[in-house]
Amino acid sequence: MVAPVIYTFGSEEQKARFLPGILSSDDWWCQGYSEPGAGSDLAALSTSADYAGDNYIVNGRKIWTTFAQYADWIFCLVRTSKGILRQEGISFLLIDMNTPGITVKPIVTIDGKHSLNEVLFEDVAVPTENLIGEQDKGWTYAKALLAHERTGMAEVADSKRMLEGLKQRATTEINGGKPMIEDPVFQMRMSDIEMELMALEYTELRVFASMAAGGMPGPESSLLKIKGTEISQAIHELQLQLAANYGGALAGDLSSDELGHDFAAEARGKYMYGRAATIYGGSNEVQRNVIAKAVLGL
Amino acid sequence: MNFEFSEEQTMIKDSVSRFVREQYDFDTRRGIIESDDGISREFWTMFAELGWLSVPFAEEYGGFGGNVVDIAVVMEEMGKGIMVEPYASTVVVFGGLLSASTNAALKEQVIPSIIEGDCLGSFAYMEPQSRYEMSDVSTTAIATGDGYTLNGVKTVVANGGTANKFVVTARTSGEQFDHSGVSLFLVDATAPGVDVKAYKMMDGQGAATLTLTDVAVDQSQLLNAAGEGMDLIGQVMPQILIGLSAEALGIMATLNTLTVEYSKTRQQFGAPIGSFQVLQHRMVDTFMGCEQTKSMLYRGLCESKSVAEGETDAVALAKTVHALKATVARYGKIIGEEAIQLHGGIGMTDELNIGHYVKRLMMINTSYGDGDFHQKAFNQLSYSA
Repeated sequence: MVAPVIYTFGSEEQKARFLPGILSSDDWWCQGYSEPGAGSDLAALSTSADYAGDNYIVNGRKIWTTFAQYADWIFCLVRTSKGILRQEGISFLLIDMNTPGITVKPIVTIDGKHSLNEVLFEDVAVPTENLIGEQDKGWTYAKALLAHERTGMAEVADSKRMLEGLKQRATTEINGGKPMIEDPVFQMRMSDIEMELMALEYTELRVFASMAAGGMPGPESSLLKIKGTEISQAIHELQLQLAANYGGALAGDLSSDELGHDFAAEARGKYMYGRAATIYGGSNEVQRNVIAKAVLGL
Repeated sequence: MNFEFSEEQTMIKDSVSRFVREQYDFDTRRGIIESDDGISREFWTMFAELGWLSVPFAEEYGGFGGNVVDIAVVMEEMGKGIMVEPYASTVVVFGGLLSASTNAALKEQVIPSIIEGDCLGSFAYMEPQSRYEMSDVSTTAIATGDGYTLNGVKTVVANGGTANKFVVTARTSGEQFDHSGVSLFLVDATAPGVDVKAYKMMDGQGAATLTLTDVAVDQSQLLNAAGEGMDLIGQVMPQILIGLSAEALGIMATLNTLTVEYSKTRQQFGAPIGSFQVLQHRMVDTFMGCEQTKSMLYRGLCESKSVAEGETDAVALAKTVHALKATVARYGKIIGEEAIQLHGGIGMTDELNIGHYVKRLMMINTSYGDGDFHQKAFNQLSYSA
């Protein structure tokens, strides 16, 4: 997400400083976009960055920050001035997570796990050299990042892998003496997804081909995001369906041998956490607004 | 990966597109459907002159030497005009079967006449009991010395009323459902014992019931070895399904464009209805359905090419074309129904083109197997042990 912003809009110093660490995976980044009052309506964000000589002083709250507990850096959208349009006056800042004044608070999600966080900023001093591009022009960079993010959210390869796993599992899960993969209704459910995924793979290739020809991912990345997340959720759903009642078992100390169906807990986790896919990165409803406006001209 | 068309493909695409735009408007089409033949012979001659009828045929027969991508390009543009001339029936299906035939003499005799526009052809495979199962053949071909005698009934034969020649499936051996034993015969529409009862389909295209009573056919009219007709059909089926799907894609894209345009002009509650989010999201869904269909078509085209080059196995391509036809069925239905719904009352009228595009989509769905048929075939290939 952040690398394309740095290599497209960053200064030479910023590229030299940040890109090698991303490439080598030494530096982990998290995303400071959403706020309690700015979800789908991202431009409503209110975390402030006041210019003070060599630093910006950042105050506010970011939320739904995945893996903030592990991150070395956070890239943040902050408000540097109040423009006539809400999209004006937003800036794109890179902030070291070890800076004094940053607090990370865990949020446990419906899969029972901790991957999300709230990140609080209290008089956090950020050097002005960590500003990407121009002050108050951050919305442009933010949107470019979102287009890249949405392209990645198609998760075609991951869905293909999951679907293969599902088919394998359907050969060993038995109902009425027959493997589920032979159940005609279950077959129809699988092929509904598989065919959609076969098409999406080529939709993605079409987007890549136009990017390779020099274009940036545009509104069509919203299509990838919508279809990709719908497909991965549909696979999660079938995995959980295969798991039957075992999907609900919080087996505690029971070994997987004792309960059997050891894929069931993972199926539950993926299904529950997977609900987020149609919410994050701009909810699928927001993506439909993007296509309606930018592609259909409505 | 490159999804751009070649220069030649772009030229033929533009040529068909311009024809549809400038010479095949909705009233012209209506006039053609109401004419005696139900097709325009004048246009057909023009298609021959423009080289459209030569597209998939080998150069040795006077063809353009094109491939399935060229067919798709032509069919997609023809779909945009819901053209009723029997291009799919004659060139893609009938012509495709002949091209794949191993009978060189027959090819030399018939293919040039297709290219010149003199021969309209049709594939007669369906029987009253067979539904979409092509190997369910009860029409019989009994060997008689140097030929065969055909008896049986073929139903919903596309372009049946205007075709000069038919490729007919008939059983030379085996039982009713056997894969082997089906043979393909070229039968002249005027041969003694051939009775053609023509009628119209709801999409404006012609069809016929073909009754064969003691029709004598010389063995030189066999397309390939007796009893091996299903293999030849299997070879040509990807091209048939891709051609029809490309036509469907042209229709789906047109329906979406017309619906979006209409929603920008139709005022209700003091605003264009296209400004309402509930309708916007439905139009986005139909847009995505069309894009997914296009992607599946491109997948089929890419895999056809790599099968021809020996890089992909035929089973992968078969899976893809089943998936393509099922995708066309799924999104074609949604797009057609949404187009009528979003147009409201006017969408119900015979006067407007919307319903006519929808009816052609419906008939494409039931041609060569509907969505469920192909999805089941896909399942068979994908999930059987």
